[in-house]
Amino acid sequence: MTPRRPAVTVVRTSTANLASVMTGFARLGCRVRATDDARDVAAAERLVLPGVGAFAAAQRAIASHGLEDALRERIERGRPTLGICLGMQLMATCSEEAPGVAGLCVFDGVVGSYESGDEGWRVPQMGWNLVTPDARCEIVPRGYAYFANSYRLSAAPAGWLPVWCEYAGRFLAAVERGPVVGCQFHPELSGDYGKALLTRWLEA
Amino acid sequence: MLPVRIIPCLDVRDGRVVKGVRFRGLEDQGDPAALALAYEEQGADEVVVLDVTATPEGRGTRLDTVAAVRARLSVPVTVGGGIGGIEDAAALLEAGADKVAVNTAALRRPALLTDLAARFGSQCVVVSLDALGRWGVVGHGDPGARVVGRPDGTVALDSGYEVVVLSGTRPVARDAVAWAREAVERGAGEILLTSIDRDGTRSGYELTLLGAVRSAVQVPIVASGGADSPEHMADAVRAGADAVLAASIFHQGNWTVEEVKGALAGLGVAVRPGYSYAVGRAREHVAGGRGGCAP
Repeated sequence: MTPRRPAVTVVRTSTANLASVMTGFARLGCRVRATDDARDVAAAERLVLPGVGAFAAAQRAIASHGLEDALRERIERGRPTLGICLGMQLMATCSEEAPGVAGLCVFDGVVGSYESGDEGWRVPQMGWNLVTPDARCEIVPRGYAYFANSYRLSAAPAGWLPVWCEYAGRFLAAVERGPVVGCQFHPELSGDYGKALLTRWLEA
Repeated sequence: MLPVRIIPCLDVRDGRVVKGVRFRGLEDQGDPAALALAYEEQGADEVVVLDVTATPEGRGTRLDTVAAVRARLSVPVTVGGGIGGIEDAAALLEAGADKVAVNTAALRRPALLTDLAARFGSQCVVVSLDALGRWGVVGHGDPGARVVGRPDGTVALDSGYEVVVLSGTRPVARDAVAWAREAVERGAGEILLTSIDRDGTRSGYELTLLGAVRSAVQVPIVASGGADSPEHMADAVRAGADAVLAASIFHQGNWTVEEVKGALAGLGVAVRPGYSYAVGRAREHVAGGRGGCAP
């Protein structure tokens, strides 16, 4: 008997690189669909909140479709949810990128900017960097992941397992709490490393 | 610094990969999606797809090519060519691009970069800058004149490099380094810096141009034009490049990406190692050499 293909629902914000995320899961044999409907967000077996864009614009898109409560609720209940890049940042309290705009506040944390101008540390961080998970992490492996970001979280929120990375100082590459994962990097763009991570998340 | 990114570039015309010399005499090199996947399997850190005839022919980049590449690739794809406005960029991102490279349209209306960054974030906005050296060919026989005569006047080029748009066909009497600085101030998060003098010539990257732009901006720079060997790439990294782009040497099978990475590691340049899911950790790179297989 062939195992049932996992169903993955991707939140459609007008800013995200939807195709990269959707084809990434399709290559792993998933049934993938995009939605901006709160009922789908609540009911989805596995939900992805993707991640290219500006904090304020993405938060506005989420709010205008009334998705905030559904997102918060499923994360608090520990239902499988993956926030990618900006999607991870949106789980935090707020961001220096958009003063006055509240995030989903799933965990406490202020998204800050990298210190620009240090020799060798370009902003945005653009490329592959080595991520090191806490020993208790079950989904995010150690390896090189692809980053494209100007902002990041630098402190681990209480109750979440941290995955660390170095770029002009230590920052939070990812967080895990059961099947809820936030990645500052892009697993869908991280080649075989990313496939390993997504496969583990699909099995979590 | 991060490991240097090795970026094969697919110049696409009518759905096929082409390559010429100094942007001219384009020859067929194969199917974009098949080539892109072969490069990913060799260890490419990213792929750039440029529709080289889009702007001169007054049309947008072909979305079907982007979608076909996207469907197979799990490393980042930057797409450029014929992006005239924010909706063109949105359509490319929807089709599967991760970053968009803007050239001619940004020079015509620099605020486009600001608009793109506000909607998609700076990390998504690449300014593609094609530069032509004006040393020794400008002024009145004075190699240091750095002045370009134009029917409508004479323009000083402080850096000695002029910006050229429309796929290398039209010089715009704009200093390349000054434009790089302005593009970043307006929101570009990366510069794809191509030397037209070196494009397809395999004579090495234009290191003077690279150094001049490096000292002007803090965003990542992708060096482009002239690569023939890992030594050229190592030189570009030392001159300030964060990533090196190449086309001819990969398309014609002189080097595989894996061989290039092995050679760069031997030259003391950090590269991303391969990843094995089974082992769950990095594989060692084997030093490569000339004469690799064609993809």
